This record gives sequence, C-alpha cells and structure tokens, in this order.
Amino acid sequence: MALLEVEDLSVSFARRGQRTVRAVDGVSFTVDTGEVVGLVGESGCGKSVTSLAIMGLLPKQPGLTVGGKAVFDGTDLLQLDDRSRRDIRGRDIAMIFQDPLSSLNPVIPIGLQVTEVLTRHRGMKGDAAAKEAAQLLDRVGIPDPKRRLKEYPHQLSGGMRQRALIAMAVACQPRLLIADEPTTALDVTIQAQILELLKDLVRDSGTALVMITHDLGVVAGMCDTINVLYGGRVVETARRRPLFREPRHPYTVGLLGSVPRLDAGRGERLTPIPGSVRDLLPWAEGCAFAPRCTRRVDACVGQPPELVSAHDGRSYRCVNPAPPAGATPAAAPVDPAAPVDPAASVDPAASGEATSAGGQVPAPREEEKP
Amino acid sequence: MFRFIIRRLLQLIPTLFGLSILLFIWLRRLPGGPETAILGERGTPEMRAAIRRNLGLDEPILIQYGRFVKRMIRLDLGTSISTKREVTTEFLQRFPGTIELTITAMVIAIGIGIPLGYLAARRRGRFLDYASVGGSLIGICIPVFFLAYVLKAIFSENLGWFPSSGRQDPILGATRITNFFVLDGLMTREWDAAADALWHLVLPGMALASIPLAIIVRITRASVLEVLGEDFVRTAEAKGLTENVVRRRHVLRNAMLPVATSIGLLTGGLLSGAVLTETVFAFSGIGAFLAEAISNRDYPVLMGFIMIIAVVYVMVNLIVDLSYSLIDPRVRVR
Repeated sequence: MALLEVEDLSVSFARRGQRTVRAVDGVSFTVDTGEVVGLVGESGCGKSVTSLAIMGLLPKQPGLTVGGKAVFDGTDLLQLDDRSRRDIRGRDIAMIFQDPLSSLNPVIPIGLQVTEVLTRHRGMKGDAAAKEAAQLLDRVGIPDPKRRLKEYPHQLSGGMRQRALIAMAVACQPRLLIADEPTTALDVTIQAQILELLKDLVRDSGTALVMITHDLGVVAGMCDTINVLYGGRVVETARRRPLFREPRHPYTVGLLGSVPRLDAGRGERLTPIPGSVRDLLPWAEGCAFAPRCTRRVDACVGQPPELVSAHDGRSYRCVNPAPPAGATPAAAPVDPAAPVDPAASVDPAASGEATSAGGQVPAPREEEKP
Repeated sequence: MFRFIIRRLLQLIPTLFGLSILLFIWLRRLPGGPETAILGERGTPEMRAAIRRNLGLDEPILIQYGRFVKRMIRLDLGTSISTKREVTTEFLQRFPGTIELTITAMVIAIGIGIPLGYLAARRRGRFLDYASVGGSLIGICIPVFFLAYVLKAIFSENLGWFPSSGRQDPILGATRITNFFVLDGLMTREWDAAADALWHLVLPGMALASIPLAIIVRITRASVLEVLGEDFVRTAEAKGLTENVVRRRHVLRNAMLPVATSIGLLTGGLLSGAVLTETVFAFSGIGAFLAEAISNRDYPVLMGFIMIIAVVYVMVNLIVDLSYSLIDPRVRVR
C-alpha cells in the first residue's frame, strides 16, 4: 500500500461578493515508501496549497473548504482533529519551505528552533537535546554546529538557513518529507548543494519525499515519479524518463519546451506557452488548459477530459495528446466526436529507443501542428 | 551596550540645554508674573516692582538665565515662589505618587491589553474582535476626567468599594521613607498601610489606564495579525508544536516589538503627570501641582519639574531601547 494516497483533493476559498476560487480541484497522486515524487507546475497551479492542505496548515479562515482524502499510512489526515494532527506533523510528516529566512523565527536562536522539535516529539531536554541538535546540524552539513546553535537566523547565510530548516524537518526521522520549492530562494550553486543534501538524506533514511517545484531541472535530477499540475488538477503522471522523453499532455510539452537548453542552436528561441495561468477554464466546463493549448480541438470544451491511463503506469488528462516519439504526425489529430479510447492510444514507443542521457532536461523538438 | 548608554546620556545634555532655553523664553513670554499671582488685582505698581526685584526678575533675562544655568549645574533647582520650599523637596514628595499611579495604570493596561489584543487577533472577525476593537475606540474617545468621575461615582460613592480620594488614609499614620506609599508600607512592615495605599491607586489607575489600554489592545491586535501570517509561524505549526508553544515562543515574542515601543511612549506620557485624574481623586502627584504652578507663574517649579520630567522621559525610552535588543537579537545597540 502506498504511504500517502491523495484522492480527489480539493481546496476552495469562498469570499463574500467574489467568485469562489478553486485552488486545488481534484488532485490525486500517491507516494510510496522511500519514493521521491515531484509535483510540478507554474505558480498558481495549486502545488503549494496541495501540500499545505495535506499538512493541515492552510490558514483557518471563513470560506475555506477542503474536500477529498489524504490517507497517510491508513489514516485520513483531513479527518483528524487538531491535536492528532499536531502529533503527526513534525514527527511522521515534516515540511521544508521556500524562503529559509522568513521561515525561521528571527528572535530565537537556531538551537532552540531545532530542540523544540526534539522536545515535542522525542521528549528530549537540556543537554541531550542540545547534543542531538548539534549532531543534526552536523548531518546537514553545517560546520561548527555547537556555535551555530547559539546564533540567530540573521547570522547565517541563505544556504545555512535552509540546511538548518532541513535539520529541523528530519529531526524525528519522518517517513514523509514535503519540500515546497526548497531551492527557489537560493542562488544556483547553493541550490545544487541543497538538492544533493536532500537526495542523500532521502537515500540514507528511506524517507519518502514530495518535491514541489516549478523547476524541471530539479525534478529531472531527483524524482522517481512526476505529477504535472495545471489549474489545480494533475494533468499528467509518469515516471521521470518517460515524461522527459515523450511528454503526452500538451502542457507538459509546453513546460519542457520553455526550458532553456545549453545545447540549443544559436538564435534558437525559447518556446513559451502562450497566455497566462489566469486564462483558465473551470475544469467542470472542459480542459482548464484549453484556452492556451496549441493542440486544442472541439472536444476539449464542454466536459472535463477523462484521465487516460497508458502503459508503464503513466496517465494523462487530454483528449488530443501529443503524439509519442516516432508516431507520424498524421496519427495525432483525433476525431473530435469520439474521445480517445485509452486502450487505443497506447503505443509501443515508450520503451526502447535511444534517449538522451537521463538527468538532463531534453526538451522535445518542435512539433508539427496538426 | 555600555557605550550606547553613555552616549545616550551624553545626548541628554544638549537636549536639556535646548529645552531650558525654550522653557525660559516661553515662561517669560506668558502675560503676568508671580507678582500678579501673589498680589492679585489689588497690588500697586510699586508693590509689584518690589516683588519682582525681590525675586530677581527685574534683571536682564540673560543674566537670569545665566543664574539658572549656574544653579542647574550644581543640581540646585531653587525655591518655589508659592510654597517657599525647595523645588527638589516638592518634587521628591510628589513624584513618587505619580510613579505609583503610572505603574498601576500601565500594569492594568498591559495586563489586560496584551491578552485581549492577542485574542482579538486570533478570533478575527468574530464577536470578541469587534467588541475589543469597538471598546478600545470608546476607551480612546471618553475623556479621562469624565471616566474618572464615573468610576468614582459608581465604585466609591455608590458601592463604597474603593476610597474616593487621597493616596492613603491619614488615620493610619504610616511611616514615610521614600514617599512611595506602597513601598514604604512594605519596608516598614506596615501591611495595612501598604494595602490601603494600593487600594487608593485602583480607581485613579483604572481611569488613567483607559487610553493606554485601548492603544495597547489595538497595537497588539494588529501586530499579532501580522505575525500570524509570517512564514515562521507556519514552520512552527509544521513542526507539530503545541498551540501554547507556538503562541508564546513564536507569535507573541515577535508581536511584542511594536508593543514595547508604544509602552515606552505611553509610560513616558503618564509620568509627566495626569492633571485631571489627580484632581478628581485629590491624588497628590506632580500633575495637579504643575497645573497650579502654571497659574501661579511659579517659574522655579515649572523649570525644575519639566527639566526632571524630560530626564525621566529620556530614561524610560532608553530602557525601552535596551529592552528592544533583548527581545530582538537583530537590533544591536552600538
């Protein structure tokens, strides 16, 4: 059984006199023990809200509705009362946030911020807690941990702060770690170090990791399985290699196409996705991506596209998916009257065939327009 | 830290110098003089001139000022024109009352204001929030002397729970050491005297607390609301800490920074005396005495008291600045 099973999670914010915002609209994904799962998408696609909803950290406000299920090790986190949730948070599920400076309390020393987790969940106090905290800082690569424990967040560099936050998150050896854009606020060289550290920690401890990011480079370097989110719903799920080799959902294609590449030819331009996230069609009225989609057909509008399961555990939510590599462009257009039959769209191209080295981000070449 | 204190105290010298010049000019520009207060309307010009000569007011203003500065340097504030007693003595006798009253008012204001402000922020948009925000608006609007009369009428005259005037019942014949009546009672182990003095502080303290209370509620509420939205509070929640720890260690500690500043300013304000409250409760602090000194044109008292109040004000704010560096490690005093 999966460690975390998120099923049809939805989060909406209702405000008087304003349209209800459905930030998350039926997200489903699973995380297995020890697995690294990516949640990828542009800003505003609902990735952070998803993680906060799972943690029960959404700011309590009138008009907030959370629906669906988030089953962690047999218990639905969304049904728990506040106290049991506090017991699980920090002990079984921990979280790392985007901005390490604002995520640390500026007026208390790093040491206390680490030991308070140990005190809360492992009952450690005084010297024992301080010793363990020093070991934790050491483990996340903070030099001279004893001195650092007495320092305040503003005395640490950005990378050190994120390391300290990671130390707090792994203090109780959680079974699931959720990292919400952990490298966005850091500069590039530090980003690589932090990702490397997370990878090591996950590998050594068997902790499962949910990596939330808009950075496909991050995903390519770490994740086993990737969920691409758009408009608050998962539009494509695949293992890393198949996803990069042959993205099926036009949004994934667009995302990969807009990543700059070092091996791009001179004068070659990036291919941005036209429009913005705000040009959104509610899922109830069809595919949310339809207004921006280059492969849009009539069937995209009217009813939400079904989730199409392909072989190899991958699935996508599209009536007119990008053709797999090797398929002739002529095969791509679909009769708008008849939505794609899942079985029919299965193609043998996914396995075999030489690929560019895994780990890089191979953007697909320009597709012919149908 | 030590250098910071020294520098702030040295800064006090030019401040006091400037203040004394301003005060001197301002007081002498007031129409009339001590002779009018002493003689009233009846005095002949000759009598007025005699009194002015006696007080040294007939000399050129620069010489008068020079004499004042010379005395100031020896920490001699002169003698009151109306009571004929040393200004320092008058001050030492009355200021403890004002300090006691200020402390009482601030204890009430802080003790109720911070928890109420916190709860209002936590229950934002609900009854308690509206009640405390609305209540604090009323607290700011009601004139203090009016509130003082109402409190006195209800709790003293009708219910008889608290004494209506004075600092202590003279029947007790309490021993005086510092003129802090509560402290004196504790030092001499005259418990009933201490309790009685404390009892006398309740009503004027409540009246005086109304405005600081309202301000502290509002600032705490706004500050807590801001901190609640901070990322580090979310981090604390993500650690699974108990609500109590999140509140004390992460929310309140950070929310206290602006509150501390306002507490400093409010305390300083109260220390300069609450004329109306002191008058309503016949409480002998510096407020009522100062007001009287103004109408008597008692120059030495006015000069002396205001100079000392300025020093106290600066001291209070120095303490606030120092406490800032205790609350917030990012603030380094240099």
